[in-house]
Amino acid sequence: MNWGDWSWMMPEGFSTFTAEVDSLYYLILWITGVTFFATEALLIYFIVRYRHKEGRKATYDHGSTKMEVVWTAIPLLILIGLGALSKGAWDRMKIDVPAGAMEIIVTAKQFEWNATYPGPDGALGTADDFDVLNQIHAPVDQPVWIHLRAEDVLHSLFLPEMRVKQDAVPGRDIPVWFEAMATGDYTIGCAELCGIGHTTMNGTLTIHSAADFQAWASARAEQRPQPQP
Amino acid sequence: MGKALDAGGHHDHHEIPWIRQYIFATDHKMIAKQFMFVSLFFLVVGGALAGMMRWQLGFPSQPMPGGMILPDAMMAPTPNGAIMLPEFYNSLVTMHGTIMIFFAIMPLLVGLFGNLLIPLQIGAEDMAFPRLNMVSFWLAVPAGILMLASFGVEGGAAGAGWTSYAPLSTSGEWTGVYLGQQLWLASLTILGFSSLVGSVNYISTVINMRAPGMTWFRMPLATWSLFVTAVLILLAIPILAGALIMLLFDQTIGTGFFRPEVGGEPLLWQHLFWFFGHPEVYILILPAMGITSEVLANRARKPIFGYHSMVLAIVGIGFLGWIVWGHHMFQSGMNPLLGTSFMISTMAIAVPSAIKVFNWLATLWKADIHLDVPMLHALAFVSMFIIGGLSGIFMANTPVDIYIHDTYFIVAHIHYVLFGGSLFAIFAGITFWFPKMFGRMMNEPLGKVHFVLTLIFYNLVFFPMHNLGLRGMMRRIYDFTQYEFLAPLQPMNQFITVFAFLLIATQVLFVINFFWSIFKGEKASENPWDSNTLEWTVPSPPPHGNFAEMPMVYRGPYEYSSPESDTDFLPQTTPPGGGSSGVPEPTPTPEGVEA
Repeated sequence: MNWGDWSWMMPEGFSTFTAEVDSLYYLILWITGVTFFATEALLIYFIVRYRHKEGRKATYDHGSTKMEVVWTAIPLLILIGLGALSKGAWDRMKIDVPAGAMEIIVTAKQFEWNATYPGPDGALGTADDFDVLNQIHAPVDQPVWIHLRAEDVLHSLFLPEMRVKQDAVPGRDIPVWFEAMATGDYTIGCAELCGIGHTTMNGTLTIHSAADFQAWASARAEQRPQPQP
Repeated sequence: MGKALDAGGHHDHHEIPWIRQYIFATDHKMIAKQFMFVSLFFLVVGGALAGMMRWQLGFPSQPMPGGMILPDAMMAPTPNGAIMLPEFYNSLVTMHGTIMIFFAIMPLLVGLFGNLLIPLQIGAEDMAFPRLNMVSFWLAVPAGILMLASFGVEGGAAGAGWTSYAPLSTSGEWTGVYLGQQLWLASLTILGFSSLVGSVNYISTVINMRAPGMTWFRMPLATWSLFVTAVLILLAIPILAGALIMLLFDQTIGTGFFRPEVGGEPLLWQHLFWFFGHPEVYILILPAMGITSEVLANRARKPIFGYHSMVLAIVGIGFLGWIVWGHHMFQSGMNPLLGTSFMISTMAIAVPSAIKVFNWLATLWKADIHLDVPMLHALAFVSMFIIGGLSGIFMANTPVDIYIHDTYFIVAHIHYVLFGGSLFAIFAGITFWFPKMFGRMMNEPLGKVHFVLTLIFYNLVFFPMHNLGLRGMMRRIYDFTQYEFLAPLQPMNQFITVFAFLLIATQVLFVINFFWSIFKGEKASENPWDSNTLEWTVPSPPPHGNFAEMPMVYRGPYEYSSPESDTDFLPQTTPPGGGSSGVPEPTPTPEGVEA
């Protein structure tokens, strides 16, 4: 087995969300890690230290209100603080789609991802739109706004390297956005059980440089089947 | 009937026909045993389903040993053996979760321990409604039969996950499963009625049938937790039943509650399901916490630390459990503004759980810890519940949840709570109350071997699942090697599978110990654990009607190592000053005793 598989580090991320998600993750890892080692060590220490021996008698003690207050207040403050600290990142990732984002439509259905691009006129929902199957192409360093839709059942768009996950719900148009920071090929996965072919519902997210993306988009727009006269 | 003349409730003198004693029994102790045998059977079934799933994950699309005996609808026969089909894998995912949650863990905690402990611990002769109690068990049986039968119908068993998210679950068009999904819905609806009937009974019994002096704050924590659990069941199950029936209508008569193509709302199912489902999570852990508190205080020979805050934590969880359901739905398409509200409420509900852990730890401080089998399991519960509780904080945090939602991280989390938590508590409870149920002790060395191996293998199976989740491996996925970035995780999956098989095999030791001890175990005395609570003041096993005379309760349940007693325990029935010739009790009349 690869010992790296046991790692508690987050895998490398390539979007602007990475820093925010990963730093919150590491903060929680520290808090829970310290709590874990402290409580388990105490548990083991007590088991060893106070195990039954001839003649030992337990202390007759019903508790202490002071300690109850302490160990209620401290976790409460830490947890609520953690919640408050996370609100900003959540709102940025799920609510505030930045201006100037490139808009595309991604439609999920059993068992494929269909990405619709605006074509040369730059507007979605017009005749020159073109589709690509199981691929999403996007430029680097530019926000991409995906209108996420589903045709049949629930699916979930999972872009692990971009720290993006969002269920696609039939009847809804759900905004998903991200901004990639490096060119390359990344994973598209489906994270919501969607039927027999769920496991095959994967694809490739390709992040191009701005120029390469323009070239790709124009080439694809030309390949688009022309409407019959 | 001459029995009416029989003062003092000595119902055991007259003969009960065999069928009324063992089959259509109304005695709460027999019903508890019936629930135990049936749910242990389902625990084995659920384990077998998990084993098959693990085969596919450890050895993707390789012939499964013994797979040839399964029908072609489940396995594709090849010259080298039978390979699992994806539709069967989806059924395994669904049915493993459904069976473990609804037919194993829940009836063990609520059906077994609720029935066994509530009347005995509060000093009642039986449940308030013994026949209703019988109905509760005999509704669970057909529900179980329907659930198992669904494997044999055309299209196979339900395959939309134990959560059966709509629209996948609304039509066989999407899954290939028609009748199987409908049987799943019908079975759970019937089981829901079984739970409802049981919970009404538990609530009535606790409120009305406590022995004189058994005030609310003298009740053992197991009974407290089972009482709050019953309230949760009473309020949550109707929501589930409503949702199940709506989904059944969508499936069968063309309604469109959850079907968007006719104007329905898929997210409505999730809201209804989790509005039931989150209280359900606490239904599955509160009794385990209660059992642990009993065993821990008794075997540590020390009063439970902070009894009142333990009760308040149970009640607090009972309230807060209703306002956190949305944390299952952060990525569902629910308005993201709600994400933060549900994150905060979820963080808040972690606090009572933390309080309980700290109180258990403090109970062990300066204690006199007897490490016998029930105690080992109770300590394992505390230790594993810490892991399950802490891993929950990752998912409660909305931005982090974006990445780990629907990955193996959540699979690890639920198993640390439901297996590391609930199941270890169930082992603690069965081994602790076994002498009371059967009048014999379980074998201690064999029990220790079973415990040690289970704890080790359990952690080797479920701990690495956190790491799989962090690497991005999705849950409910038939063949993860289809993803290039997940294919390198095969060795780790194989590792997990090997130890999963060992974990399953280890349970044979428990089965052997269990049945051997029923017939051949050392005879148990009335009170083998030197316990204070009322169930240990009656013979093992207790006769029909439990108490020869009405017990009088004078003190709390955890008076261990009290200076008032010459021994290290002081039963709740000991009158003031009865522990020794020494210290007198300040209040001579027990609180709440009526004339």
